[in-house]
Amino acid sequence: MPLSFEWLLAIRFLKEGKMQSWLILAGVTGGVAIIIFLTQLINQLQGTIIDRVLSSQAHIVIKPTEETTIRQQNTLITSALIQPRGQRLRSIDQWENIVQLARNTPGIKAVSPVATGPVFVRHNLASKSVALLGIMPTEYTKIVNMYRYMVKGRFDITGDQTVIGTDLAKDLGVTIGDRIQVTTEDNQQQNLTIVGLFDINNKDLNKRWVFSNLRLAQTLLNIPGGVSNIDLAVVQLFQAKQLAQRLKAQTGLDIESWMESNSGLLNALSNQTVTNNLIRVFVVIIVALGIASVLVVSVVQKQKEIGILRAMGAKRAQVLRIFLLQGAIFGTLGSTLGISLSFGLLTLFSLIYKSPDGSMLFTAQLDPKLAIMASIVAMIVGILAALVPARRAARMDPVQAIRS
Amino acid sequence: MSTPILELIDIRKSYAIGTSVETEVLHGINMTLSSGSFNALTGPSGSGKSTLLNLIGLLESPTSGTLRINQHDTQNITDAELTKLRGQNIGFVFQFHHLLPAFNALENVMMPAIIHQYSDKQAATTHAKSLLSAVGLADAWHKKPSELSGGMQQRIAIARALMLKPPLILADEPTGNLDTHAADDIFKLMKQINETQGITFLIVTHDTKLAARCQNRYHLVDGALTHPEDFASENLN
Ligand SMILES: Nc1ncnc2c1ncn2[C@@H]1O[C@H](COP(=O)(O)OP(=O)(O)OP(=O)(O)O)[C@@H](O)[C@H]1O
Ligand SMILES: [Mg+2]
Repeated sequence: MPLSFEWLLAIRFLKEGKMQSWLILAGVTGGVAIIIFLTQLINQLQGTIIDRVLSSQAHIVIKPTEETTIRQQNTLITSALIQPRGQRLRSIDQWENIVQLARNTPGIKAVSPVATGPVFVRHNLASKSVALLGIMPTEYTKIVNMYRYMVKGRFDITGDQTVIGTDLAKDLGVTIGDRIQVTTEDNQQQNLTIVGLFDINNKDLNKRWVFSNLRLAQTLLNIPGGVSNIDLAVVQLFQAKQLAQRLKAQTGLDIESWMESNSGLLNALSNQTVTNNLIRVFVVIIVALGIASVLVVSVVQKQKEIGILRAMGAKRAQVLRIFLLQGAIFGTLGSTLGISLSFGLLTLFSLIYKSPDGSMLFTAQLDPKLAIMASIVAMIVGILAALVPARRAARMDPVQAIRS
Repeated sequence: MSTPILELIDIRKSYAIGTSVETEVLHGINMTLSSGSFNALTGPSGSGKSTLLNLIGLLESPTSGTLRINQHDTQNITDAELTKLRGQNIGFVFQFHHLLPAFNALENVMMPAIIHQYSDKQAATTHAKSLLSAVGLADAWHKKPSELSGGMQQRIAIARALMLKPPLILADEPTGNLDTHAADDIFKLMKQINETQGITFLIVTHDTKLAARCQNRYHLVDGALTHPEDFASENLN
């Protein structure tokens, strides 16, 4: 199959205008690379940030209804006097039913009842204010995978065993095997044996979390058989808000998803996405203008040749296709090179920029969907950009071209 | 007289100058070329020779009049049909060869066939090579136009015009850019092609000696044809 006339001419004309061709190819390559690189970078970083945030946090937290809101509905007079009761811990009414309800809700993959409240821990002379977390390990670890964060010992909280963060251990001067004394606000006391230390990549939580089994915490916190909250994990991260609202409507409890508790972060991320989209649009426009301007010049330069071709029987449509093809070639070739370049950039960045703990902030992987999309968009933009010059070439009067 | 390959009846051509004024460049041309004839078109500069040739070549349309090529009427037909008619019936040779600089001699000769999406590349290549040897350039097939002399380039342009075996070849001052010797060679080549292949030629030239060697002579003055006899007598003076 011989190379068609349009292909042959398109390619020869491109080769003839080497300098222009290379320049615009570089332009398209750069544009595509920037778009893919930025998109990939932002997507990955956003993914990493969300992962980090959610690695130590439930997707949805169910808490008892704030009493203040109930009182407000009762009387107007007392409403002025209300103060949140905060101090005394309350349990969720009929929490077993709520757990059941949550388990039966599609889209929720883990349900973990928790009894948590503020306590003091003491060892020798050191004393710290911390949060006692009474949990059922099999459920809780489906939400926050504590096994992954253990740096010493094991995550085992049967009996009077406890697991604390590395930073708290340092503050208290304790390690595995040591016993710490827990004192509640009601002055209940209990000694716990440290069997494991965790590092959850969050200094604050490393200082604050003290795990015990649910039973023990219920007793200490004075909510026998009760739980202070129920933690949930969902299958689709961004469905959390919707699921939380649904459960809230069903139970009337105070239910909040990570999307609400981290609304500032989400806002920032979505602003970032908007910025990225703006950049993408501008780069596409600039690349399109670049292709168009190079082809406009090329059409003027090739005026005479186009006239001869037309005199030899070339149809307007054929001339049109020559230049549309050039646009498509710029787009396709540029996007191919741009994808490779962006992959190179991503690799470089992933090697240079690491998170403080030395782990990869992002990996140099290309989303094939993004790459395919970029190629298709680049080709279409190339063709569209070529439209004006190509039509100009096709409309050209062969006589004028030959006479001049 | 054999069947006419070309018939012009009262052909007029006007150009708009600015927005309102129109000047008529050709004033009612009547001309009939019989198939297989060898014709010269002469006339002073600006008399409208190129304009007439471009009209015949269907590169532009007359303002009025009838133009028939190979029995095909050319009025009221679409641009695409004109292009097709042109491709099938007419080969062009211009003063400034107008070869495509990005292609070698062989590719330039083959270009009309490439434009018309030939089906058999082998046959097209063989034909183009035989044309190149017919114009005496068999060995230069791989050279780019810039590597060839003006005479050689014009030969390639003639070979190119022959590629699709058109019944009519229009040449606008094909020798205008060449020295006397090279001009004579090109002229002989065209004459030979005319005699051996029966292709009709219409050649615009300023060279009265060459024109005198043509079978028919048409002389254009200020956009009107004068009788060849007048031309002949004028030549004698
Ligand atoms: N596109 C145009 N617009 C206006 N006038 C034109 C146009 N093309 C040709 N003319 C005019 O038509 C006349 C004939 O021009 P043409 O080129 O046909 O002459 P010619 O006989 O070929 O001259 P030469 O021997 O110099 O090539 C000239 O006066 C020219 O200025
Ligand atoms: Mg002329």
